[in-house]
Amino acid sequence: MKLIFEKSCPGRSASGIPACDVPDCKVEEVIDQKLLRENVDLPEVAEVDLVRHYMQLSRRNFGVDIGFYPLGSCTMKYSPKVHEETASLSGFTALHPYAPADFVQGALKLMYEMRQYLSEICGMADFTLQPAAGAHGELTGIMIFKKYFEKKGEKRTKILIPDAAHGTNPASGALCGFQVVEVLSNTEGDIDIGHLKELMSEETAGLMLTNPNTLGLFERDIEEIAAIVHDRGGLLYCDGANMNALMGVARPGDMGFDVIHLNLHKTFSAPHGCGGPGSGPLGVKAHLVDFLPIPRIVKDGDRYEWSQDYPDTIGRIKSFYGNFNVMVKAYTYIRSVGPEGLKRTAEMAVLNANYIKERLKPYFRLPYDRACMHECVFSVERQAKESGVHASDIAKRLIDYGIHPPTIYFPLIVPEAMMIEPTETESRDTLDAFCDTMIVIAGEAKEYPERIKAAPLTTPVKRLDEVLAARKPDVCWHK
Amino acid sequence: MDYVPHTEEDQKQMMKTIGIGSIEELFIDIPGKYWLRRLLDLPPALSEQETFQIMNNIGSQNIIADFCLMGAGAYYHYVPAVVRHVISRCEFYTAYTPYQAEISQGILQAIYEYQTMIARLTGMQVANASMYDGASAMAEAAVLAAKTLNRTRIVVIRSIHPEYREVVRTYAWANGYEVIETGYNATGQLDKEDLKSAVDDNTAAVLVQSPNFFGVIEDIAAIEQVVHGSGALLVAGFTEATSLGILKPAGEMGADFVVGEGQAFGNPLNFGGPYLGILASMDKFLRKIPGRLAGATVDKDGRRGFVLTLQTREQHIRREKATSNICSNEALCALAAAVYLVSMGKNLKKLAILNIQKAQYLKKKLSAIPGWETVFPGPTYNEFTICCPDPHLVNKKLQDKGIVGGYDLSESYPELEGCLLFCATEMIKSEDIDDVVSIIAG
Amino acid sequence: MSKPNPTDRKYTNEHEWALDNHDGTITAGITDYAQELLTDIVFVELPEIGKKVRQFERLAVLESVKSVSDVYTPASGEVVAINQALADQPEIINKDAFGEGWIAKIKMADAAELNKLMDAAAYDLFIKEETQ
Repeated sequence: MKLIFEKSCPGRSASGIPACDVPDCKVEEVIDQKLLRENVDLPEVAEVDLVRHYMQLSRRNFGVDIGFYPLGSCTMKYSPKVHEETASLSGFTALHPYAPADFVQGALKLMYEMRQYLSEICGMADFTLQPAAGAHGELTGIMIFKKYFEKKGEKRTKILIPDAAHGTNPASGALCGFQVVEVLSNTEGDIDIGHLKELMSEETAGLMLTNPNTLGLFERDIEEIAAIVHDRGGLLYCDGANMNALMGVARPGDMGFDVIHLNLHKTFSAPHGCGGPGSGPLGVKAHLVDFLPIPRIVKDGDRYEWSQDYPDTIGRIKSFYGNFNVMVKAYTYIRSVGPEGLKRTAEMAVLNANYIKERLKPYFRLPYDRACMHECVFSVERQAKESGVHASDIAKRLIDYGIHPPTIYFPLIVPEAMMIEPTETESRDTLDAFCDTMIVIAGEAKEYPERIKAAPLTTPVKRLDEVLAARKPDVCWHK
Repeated sequence: MDYVPHTEEDQKQMMKTIGIGSIEELFIDIPGKYWLRRLLDLPPALSEQETFQIMNNIGSQNIIADFCLMGAGAYYHYVPAVVRHVISRCEFYTAYTPYQAEISQGILQAIYEYQTMIARLTGMQVANASMYDGASAMAEAAVLAAKTLNRTRIVVIRSIHPEYREVVRTYAWANGYEVIETGYNATGQLDKEDLKSAVDDNTAAVLVQSPNFFGVIEDIAAIEQVVHGSGALLVAGFTEATSLGILKPAGEMGADFVVGEGQAFGNPLNFGGPYLGILASMDKFLRKIPGRLAGATVDKDGRRGFVLTLQTREQHIRREKATSNICSNEALCALAAAVYLVSMGKNLKKLAILNIQKAQYLKKKLSAIPGWETVFPGPTYNEFTICCPDPHLVNKKLQDKGIVGGYDLSESYPELEGCLLFCATEMIKSEDIDDVVSIIAG
Repeated sequence: MSKPNPTDRKYTNEHEWALDNHDGTITAGITDYAQELLTDIVFVELPEIGKKVRQFERLAVLESVKSVSDVYTPASGEVVAINQALADQPEIINKDAFGEGWIAKIKMADAAELNKLMDAAAYDLFIKEETQ
């Protein structure tokens, strides 16, 4: 397909600029010529060309509204349409972030209540809504670790992170100057308690733990883990990427976590927009509230105001207040499903994952055979050994059957990993169709491995040369 | 209402397949003491209609301004209808990051085109697929410069947006870097002598913004030698993206990185977010810059296609050695910006000129009010600083008429007592400006 | 199957080789076995000439599409030459890891360090054990 630049034709335009209704002034008289640019090199197309270009592009893209999207760790649930409607209300979209507080009482109320709802869901004392994404929430959380120990006058230089963790965890730890130390998982898929005990010292700021972990398993020793970390004066961080399994069922705060980040674009149903915007609120226990970013909303009677007056704050991590429009969608979700709905969401998410696990167990190796939470992790090792069919091949073959592939090659501790997260919004019919397809592909792997290795056959482009893309990077078009 | 499609029969059959007698058995691994044996204390569930009504009600507790004289990092521009039309396509807004290239060619190509347009507008060789916002893009560029050069001092001009400076400070503190602020002079532009004295051989980056927070356009070329002479990197920022339509790109004036806020390109005000962090750089930093990158390649039949490329820079591969931890970005905002820019085409320059004309008229009318005086003689785009006898009263009067007034600069610059920062975009009409003057005078 | 390991050089257990040039310098690279594990190499971050390195510390970085690997120096000393051809054609390592795909030449600080490395026979055994 042609690029928009290749469709450009000098003289065409898809926009009109209003006539100037104020006295004309020469730009050169206002701004010195040496500070001005000569030309704006943008495509020139008519509106119809623009619309067709992007509609054609959209048809070369796959979203949850098109089909099943069991991308593990990403919670690709269906996003109800009413969220898009409410988030588009001009009462939310047209607000300037520096508008007087009198103009934005509704927005402040929404954010204030959002903090309360998230605190109740997670068992935390308070939340900040400022982080723009999960990884941004993590960074904020680890900054709070750092500030907490600075305030206490303790020099702690290390942070513990399990080998199965998301890559964002070690990166966040390192960005706050901590030395990252890896904690091993045991053969059951839990964290290795012995190893944790060995590593946890007075030099260690704490542990970043995903629970349920990235194998889709609940860390059964969470009580002991929390005790080990806290006994040495450390803090316990919860990567809440997998909170969809727990809402209304159990609360990280009750399990001893001191800090948690959530992903409103995963758990709370805001769509992911091809990679963002997200929103990564961060919750803390009472002893860490003073360190939260500023500004924070305070309530005085019925009135809401911004306050900057928190001397122990880590400071600001983003301009303005966070991805407000994403919060509107998540707030709509919480109000609409209510407490029963959140609990049922978690229950059905876990039911769906266990159903897939049971149906596919005879066909793919299940490295950890126990009750899973919201996702299950298989290994394609057997197929790889027997017929040279890898996880990436099965992923590409699923595309031919109209299904978005699961997450592959993660977590890193499972060879040829395939991580399947169905979410609660998928029906038994959809799950059955998926499982039937996976079983067909398992059969193909034995009998026609070449067919799988040639996949996908139905897409506008075949498998792409990633080696060429990395060796000779072309990230900007030149005529 | 929930969005769970399971019937009672579905649930029964599925439990049978799994071999459990109750849903509780699924949660057997959670120690009993942590089971929440009550409902969450949240408002009760609602139908879609009730939900919409409640949300509409909250929305209407906000007052939508008649118009806005406030910029200060968030700009009120017209968004062409095509923008919303495109980003409302479910194939875009309900997709995840394009990990599976063959079914993500739409967004990958759109991002590749976006990267190209941003590189052209900023005068740089490469641009990434987006950062969270202008402030975090600036902070990440500063951290990257420090890590690349193995230096620990970051020099920040005081006329940069106050919140951007705060974000830079937070990121620098976490990494153990020192932040030095240097001043501005009577024109409202940066003080070159002050800058010279702050830049040393441990300086990783000099951060500058143009137009700066006072609305004044900086002469970036004039400091290029000071910065590079000490081996530091020059990071040029902006908060008002439409200014790129008329101002000489920082890339042509010696910047190593251009970072900024892309909200003005087709993204609504949205009470401060989501916005669009722009990050562009010279080619030599391509393998170090943070964030996603879409790259062109070919498929096995030789057809052009696009992939996420140079992923070894990123956290999911490099983990603790990655220069950034960014994962989710602002892809849909970048798509909006791309559509906006295609829609504008050459007209972006005309739009920028119109912004200048409106702001000049507002400046002229306000400075004619007795006791009102412009503060900085330096050249401006669509914002300017003006001093008046009682800024608080002025904003109060405007607010009473449903208008968002200017930004009170004394909040962030105690030395600028009495000064307001005003903005005029294409959205403000001639008669609005006349009304503003009579409201203030009244 | 990877190419046989030449007997004219020494090997580390991180899969680097060192060829003694008998002029106080060694040439260093990675083994063919290592390049196979790494798959297509897409980028090589070379050290600067003049850089001082200590044995088994990082000398260079190799990137494939989905991995990043450090190359450790087989001997301490100063980098006196680097294989500039790799900057544009990293695939040379995939094609000829023991020859054209060399990475750097190091002026040795202590030639006795080479005694800590394996000879070809020991390295053969080492990778045999590793693959099992």
